Amino acid sequence: MTIPLSEAVSLLVRDGDVVALEGFTHLIPHAAGHELIRQGRRDLTLVRMTPDLVYDQLIGMGCARKLVFSWGGNPGVGSLHRLRDAVEHGWPQPLELEEHSHAGMAAAYAAGAANLPFGVLRGYRGGDLRGHTRIAGVTCPFTGEELAAVPAHRPDVGIVHAQRADRRGNVQLWGILGVQKEVVLASSRALVTVEEIVDELTPVPGAIVLPSWTIDAVCVAPRGAHPSYAHGYYDRDNDFYVAWDAISRDRSSFGAWMDENVLSTVAA
Amino acid sequence: MSAYTADEMMAVEAARRIDDGTVCFVGIGLPSLAANLARHTHAPGCVLVYESGAIGAKPEALPLSIGDGELAETADTVVSVPEMFGYWLQGGRIDVGFLGAAQIDRHGNLNSTVIGAYDSPAVRLPGGGGAPEIALSVGEVFVMLRHSTRAFVEQLDFTTSLGDDVRVVVTDLGILEPIDGELTLVAVHPGVDADAAREATGWELIVADDLRQTEPPTEAELSALRSLQTRTAA
Repeated sequence: MTIPLSEAVSLLVRDGDVVALEGFTHLIPHAAGHELIRQGRRDLTLVRMTPDLVYDQLIGMGCARKLVFSWGGNPGVGSLHRLRDAVEHGWPQPLELEEHSHAGMAAAYAAGAANLPFGVLRGYRGGDLRGHTRIAGVTCPFTGEELAAVPAHRPDVGIVHAQRADRRGNVQLWGILGVQKEVVLASSRALVTVEEIVDELTPVPGAIVLPSWTIDAVCVAPRGAHPSYAHGYYDRDNDFYVAWDAISRDRSSFGAWMDENVLSTVAA
Repeated sequence: MSAYTADEMMAVEAARRIDDGTVCFVGIGLPSLAANLARHTHAPGCVLVYESGAIGAKPEALPLSIGDGELAETADTVVSVPEMFGYWLQGGRIDVGFLGAAQIDRHGNLNSTVIGAYDSPAVRLPGGGGAPEIALSVGEVFVMLRHSTRAFVEQLDFTTSLGDDVRVVVTDLGILEPIDGELTLVAVHPGVDADAAREATGWELIVADDLRQTEPPTEAELSALRSLQTRTAA
């Protein structure tokens, strides 16, 4: 069940796939994202509520054809400069956008997990977003209320990080849960990186468990969420999020950083 | 009275509008500062909800992101993102939502999506995130935004969220509230006059006949605010 990350990415992710790396600030699968970059995946449709540094890196390295998202910034710091360069200048290649709100993305993942064709919400009213995204109006058959329908997210591959797994591959995670459960259940194939393998998953308040049979590969990747964090293991590296602003602002300093810290390294 | 900054005045004035027991949907930056200031002063029972899923968070320092670990550690409960936006926000359980933006118009509509055209933007901003449904689902929207003609515009480049439920806009110059559907200057901060606010507004700003002056921050407010910031810098 537990296999090396390089092998898992090679087995599960193909060029052109729809891939969702999730983790709402917490448990963002940076190590897996770096492995996608090292293996040179191309033409990916990247799905993620909050494209974070890892998507800035994937986009800047030319892995993505399209981005499906709801908030694309560096939290508390500012812009994602590689994302902006792709959207504003088409560098290193044009990036198609499918933009939603958080509520719409959450409903789309929940619908995907439930094997429904669309999610429904009281959203996308007024505003200009509805003219630039994939939604439709739907009328409640019972009350006549007008609601928004958002097509379900059904990624080819869902990738998340978690605190730990047991030897059979059952995964346990806690703290801020984001859409970790939904993306694993909505995706055709699921890859989970964990901090460690333990003999027994002792209960933790607020924790959820993803049974091994919902996951295709579990990979051990210590500090695999860094500079995001793993609650109970290490803190969010806020200094790195601030530092990324300068590293990523310029194409050449970005390239040099990726060469040194991603391309010339190997997965755990 | 000590000297204070314009940002401190904004945070204090926004905090004063949060009552004890108010359930607040809080973003990062100034809103988080204001809500935590209220909790550390006159409204110890206000409930801070962060969109990452932390309900009833009680951080001692201010988070850099809406998902910092301290929010989950100090929360009454942590829920998933679909639950947050479904049961809690759309469920109508949030009294006040704070929003910021790059642009605002006279009706309180906000733009946090693009400057320029959507398909060929001059500046691609982060986007709406939680804002569109926050603006639709909370009881009252509080906006915090520094006053300038770049931000207070006649015509938004993009409407990210609607201004129907905006109850107040707190700026570094004063306070705007909707009167007959149009944001009107109802108060200025000490040392600011109405002309300064007019000059920093990209539309013909209506000024209330009974224009008030906001109370400067008290020693207690400033001291609570600064100790929050000291703990954050530590």
